Amino acid sequence: MTLKKNQFIHFVLNRKPAKKMQFLLSGLAIGGVSLVAFLFSAYIGQEGVAFILLVTLSVIGMFFDIVPVLVAAVLSALIWDYFFLLPRFNFRVGNTEDKIMLSMYFIIALVSGVLTFKIRQHEMIARTQQEQEKTLVLYDAVLNSLSHEFRTPIAAIIGASDNLIADQPLLSPSDRKDLLSEISKAAIRLNQQVENLLDMSRLESGIIAVKKDWCDISELIYTVTLRLENELKHFELKVDTANNLPLFMLDYGLIEQVLFNLLQNATRYTPEGSSIRISANVTDPGLQLIVTDDGHGFPQGSMQKVFEKFYRLESSGTGGIGLGLSIVKGFVESHRGTVILENQSPRGAKFIIEIPTDKYYA
Amino acid sequence: MKEILVIDDEIQIRRLLEITLQSSGYKVISQATGLQGLETAANHQPDLIILDLGLPDESGHSVLEKLREWYINPILILSVQKNEKDIIRSLDRGANDYLVKPFRTGELLARIRSALRSNTQAENTPLIQFKELQIDLAARTVTINKETVRFTATQYALLILLARNEGKVLTYDYLLKEIWGDAYIGQLEYLRVYIAQLRNKIEKDANHPAYIITEPKVGYRFVSGE
Repeated sequence: MTLKKNQFIHFVLNRKPAKKMQFLLSGLAIGGVSLVAFLFSAYIGQEGVAFILLVTLSVIGMFFDIVPVLVAAVLSALIWDYFFLLPRFNFRVGNTEDKIMLSMYFIIALVSGVLTFKIRQHEMIARTQQEQEKTLVLYDAVLNSLSHEFRTPIAAIIGASDNLIADQPLLSPSDRKDLLSEISKAAIRLNQQVENLLDMSRLESGIIAVKKDWCDISELIYTVTLRLENELKHFELKVDTANNLPLFMLDYGLIEQVLFNLLQNATRYTPEGSSIRISANVTDPGLQLIVTDDGHGFPQGSMQKVFEKFYRLESSGTGGIGLGLSIVKGFVESHRGTVILENQSPRGAKFIIEIPTDKYYA
Repeated sequence: MKEILVIDDEIQIRRLLEITLQSSGYKVISQATGLQGLETAANHQPDLIILDLGLPDESGHSVLEKLREWYINPILILSVQKNEKDIIRSLDRGANDYLVKPFRTGELLARIRSALRSNTQAENTPLIQFKELQIDLAARTVTINKETVRFTATQYALLILLARNEGKVLTYDYLLKEIWGDAYIGQLEYLRVYIAQLRNKIEKDANHPAYIITEPKVGYRFVSGE
């Protein structure tokens, strides 16, 4: 989180061209504008040129650092004096009025340059602050959800094991068994949260290396359904793959995790007994994987947001930190693929994953 | 009673394995470092070694290599993260199987049983029998429920290689090298196609394999379908 914030500030501060480039560009701007003004000096007059140069300076002030702006201010004053202020083509200034004008030009040039720079700086600080506040709010929300999601299973483990260690005679064998199964469930849940966080941090840091190899999709689907065997027991699972599916060039581990997260979500957030369907198809660019269920579907406004990090539907209760679908999206996108969420009629959700990739027919 | 040596530096894991394995009828000795592990292995000649890859004194890989210079019984690797490179490396250097922490106890015991069993199956028995599947090495015939199934030479060679190493994870590159030769290392598509063909012939349901199990990103393992 902090890393992101720093990167943001870094980006804003470094949006401008490098120092040398700034000097060059501001010099060119002043020089170019002066040249045009010089060519038309018969029509413009020295005061007009002064205004044109001041406008140019303000523009430079909007984009560049203070030092190049000041140098440009001095340069423009000298140019104006030498080429435009009568008598022309020397630095001498004729009458008192012109002397006052030159000094005033110089002051206005400096002040306007400095002012524009300062305004910009304030704006930037305000923007960064806003961004920081937003980040803090998000950070708080994430921390709350994380600490809750981690503390609940930890509390279960500590409580249940304390109970077992105390070895109360009133504890029946079936109570004992219940406590033990609570410990096991909590540990598995903790492990999954950790896996999700690790996956996410790998995605965030950009060190996800997609290692593609020929994958048998039916086999991949089977591996995932085995991993979720216990959860899927309470659902009606239908796997729908063509018999002659080719091999696809994919990162097995990443796509396995994509399917795992989608199926796990389906088992968590649809009522028991719902039917879940997985289908795999060949498309022109590659592979299409579809996971559908006949649960409640998603509320209209949330269809995009569910893929955001740490976003959770209010109806989703406990048991997740809001990373599953963002990992799905991240892993699919690391394959240059897309994931689309639709609601089905009359009910249920449908995730469509399309991945462009090579195929190998046996 | 079969004796198992556990080499792991984490006291919690050692305790857990001691309790789990002893309650399943194994005799357990455990050591915390590679050096002590190697010494104990030499003195006790255990029936199986469970070796953690992350040891404090020397890497599990180097312990594995030293063990394999003389130790022929199964070695089961414990690895803390899903690092396929590490796993493949240890399998290619003689480990029989691997488990990623955290693992389920049932899985661990199944792997141990399978490794110990395949170790007792003599190399030159002419008949290999797994549930409905029977392979007669002398006659070069394979029957499922007494019905003969025909294989091409390559399919047969692959099946035999897998079946003879029951319970052991064979890496993709090992299988490609053994069946097709060095030039085919990395050509996973050949292997995938042949595995699919084998499954179609020997599995009841090729989409739910009971004999040839996939170890994602690592290789295949032949199990007896216990």
